[in-house]
Amino acid sequence: MFSLLRSMWLIFLHMFHKRDTYQYPEQKAPLPARWRGRIALTRDPDGEERCVGCYLCAAACPVDCISLQATEDEHGRRYPEFFRINFSRCIFCGFCEEACPTYAIQLLPDFEMAEYNRQNLVYEKHDLLINSQGKYPGYNYYKIAGLAIHNKDKGDAQHEEPPVDIKSLLP
Amino acid sequence: MTNPWWIIGGVLFVLLNAAAGLIWLERRMLALWQDRYGPNRAGPFGILIVLADTLKLFFKEDWIPPFADKVVFVFAPAVVAASVLMSFVIVPFAPGIVVSDMNIGILFFLAMSSLGVYSIVLGGWASNNKYALLGAMRGASQMISYEVFMGLALMGVVVMSGSFNLSVIVEAQKNVWFIFPQLIGFVIFLIAGIAETHRLPFDIPEAESELVAGFHSEYSGMKFGMFFIGEYLGITLISAMVVVLYFGGWLGPSFLPPVIWFVIKTFAFIMLFILLRASMPRPRYDQLMEYGWKVLFPLSLLNLMVTAAIKLWLSTH
Repeated sequence: MFSLLRSMWLIFLHMFHKRDTYQYPEQKAPLPARWRGRIALTRDPDGEERCVGCYLCAAACPVDCISLQATEDEHGRRYPEFFRINFSRCIFCGFCEEACPTYAIQLLPDFEMAEYNRQNLVYEKHDLLINSQGKYPGYNYYKIAGLAIHNKDKGDAQHEEPPVDIKSLLP
Repeated sequence: MTNPWWIIGGVLFVLLNAAAGLIWLERRMLALWQDRYGPNRAGPFGILIVLADTLKLFFKEDWIPPFADKVVFVFAPAVVAASVLMSFVIVPFAPGIVVSDMNIGILFFLAMSSLGVYSIVLGGWASNNKYALLGAMRGASQMISYEVFMGLALMGVVVMSGSFNLSVIVEAQKNVWFIFPQLIGFVIFLIAGIAETHRLPFDIPEAESELVAGFHSEYSGMKFGMFFIGEYLGITLISAMVVVLYFGGWLGPSFLPPVIWFVIKTFAFIMLFILLRASMPRPRYDQLMEYGWKVLFPLSLLNLMVTAAIKLWLSTH
């Protein structure tokens, strides 16, 4: 009986405690930098798109919400012809970001994507591309992996070393 | 003498609006006690949430399950609101402000509040749903355990004032409120009253964490709304009865009119009901029955006998 009265009193005192609520539209909750929200395609330091159209993100996606078509420019550089993410299916698991070999696809701390029309949740490439390097500033995939140009394979050009043979066990 | 229709209309208007306002009040107070804000957007302090809730209830699909007993299913929600509203007939809000000042007031209150359990049993039975039936069964078992000691606890007040008439009972508290000589009776009546309104911690027939929504699992729209309103009217009724029987009704220092004193006291008990909901765990229904029959029932009998003995002794000396 006493414990019941005591708990009633303690709960009554909660009236004067600090509220735990964020008054959302006016007062936003702080999102951590690694928050998995809206997906974006980042650019390399030269302002070119990082995506090489390898399809790994589409393969990793558990809900199949990513669809793209790879193509090549005149230098043999691969890029996506179209890149489409259906955010009404996306579960924001971040597997695409983990799968991406070029840090192109990244999840940003932004969740305010509500739409009245469901079709508006299908983001095309120009919706996804952002003018930023995202979480990896200064990273340029082709500067590290090398790039074959006309008549010269990787590592054959001036001031270049041949690439490491990743299939060999020899040091 | 004022026109009785004004009193009837006024009481109905105030009660139904108060029951609607209690929805907002309860949500706000529960939120405060859980370190939240509660509904605070629509209108000043969010009070228009009541309007939004009511509109929503009106526009909900008024669905009767094909497997239900249709006549009883429709009839049951009306019983709860009607029986509670009928109980308010005998509540004296202030001198002269009472719908019917009958000399069997308490008996009428007991009869009408007991009728309320029919809505639970019938509603649960007519739903033809196992959870609803379990809720109805619990409601019935809860009713037979609290009704007895509720009546017996009230008898202490009747013995002290010598009348079933609630206005006379209030007048009899001129010198000292019955809470002091009838403390045990007050505690027992309050417990029985909480069980009567089927509020936490005694919301055993509803028990939304165990039985979906108990006896009204199958109800939607305004039929559910009637159960909802009936529950809040029940809180107001029990609070008003506690005030009338034990806290001197409209009596109070004369700088405020009597009806204001009545409203203030009733409001305090309504807040107590909400605080109980915020802080109490729910007992099993066999625990409630055991507690009722083995502890509260003998205690209320003892209270009645001691009160009667003292009254007899005082009248012969």
